[in-house]
Amino acid sequence: MNPLLFGLFAFLMLAFGVSVVVNRNPVASALSLVVSFLCLAALYVGLDAYLIASVQVVVYAGAVMVLFLFIIMLLDLKAEQRRKFNKLAIGGGALVALVFAAQVVGVLGRFPKGNQPFPALKLPPGETLNDIQKVGESMFSQHTLPLQIVGVLILVATIGVIVISKRELK
Amino acid sequence: MTITLNHYLLVSGLLFAIGFAGVLLRRNIITIFMCLELMLNAANLSLVAFSRFNVGPDGLPNFNAQVFVFFIITVAAAEVAVGLAIIVALFRARQTTHVEDIASLKF
Repeated sequence: MNPLLFGLFAFLMLAFGVSVVVNRNPVASALSLVVSFLCLAALYVGLDAYLIASVQVVVYAGAVMVLFLFIIMLLDLKAEQRRKFNKLAIGGGALVALVFAAQVVGVLGRFPKGNQPFPALKLPPGETLNDIQKVGESMFSQHTLPLQIVGVLILVATIGVIVISKRELK
Repeated sequence: MTITLNHYLLVSGLLFAIGFAGVLLRRNIITIFMCLELMLNAANLSLVAFSRFNVGPDGLPNFNAQVFVFFIITVAAAEVAVGLAIIVALFRARQTTHVEDIASLKF
């Protein structure tokens, strides 16, 4: 991937990710998350994963975020009032996340194999990468059992949501 | 300067750290849920980067990782639906989305 484009999209993704965390208004958080997911889809395109990029846009930036916004509107959430800060909790949480980030940097510094550039794809002349066909073949030949389990899982989730949402649950 | 695998892994790790910090710091349950999605996506990014890095003898990326990412996205979508339904039920019972107001199980 072009280093400039990678830098731009990675920076935008991380910046809007931070904006998800620091925004007090849940609607602003959700919209930042949409932009972050779109930049992530751009990174997927840079990795030649076109199917995953389009699924990311359709499912995450589309369906999931609409669901989030719908629930925020339904519950009529206002921006959080400033509560009394629990300094210990905030300091501890930030410290744990910083230690985690430092660990990632430390581990990657000792991973020389990852410092090689991505190997080029070998495609027949005049052809482009048909990753949708390849992923589909892999999914429906080697991974049919997980596919069916995921189908059952979605059915269970649908029924579960209906049961939870029924008013007379108690 | 060329982009290497470590760049993608670093970005993925930082995105995970941001989501992690959000889960620990925020007190609004919906924001916590959004930060959880951020962490799932960070894992997906590193999987896709490894898939592209491991070019097989046929000169194509390892598509097993992309199938895995596809399943993760499906499960995450189901998880969001169930989680938001639970949040709505919780809001109906308690009229709050603030985690400090929901402390029945707290020791």
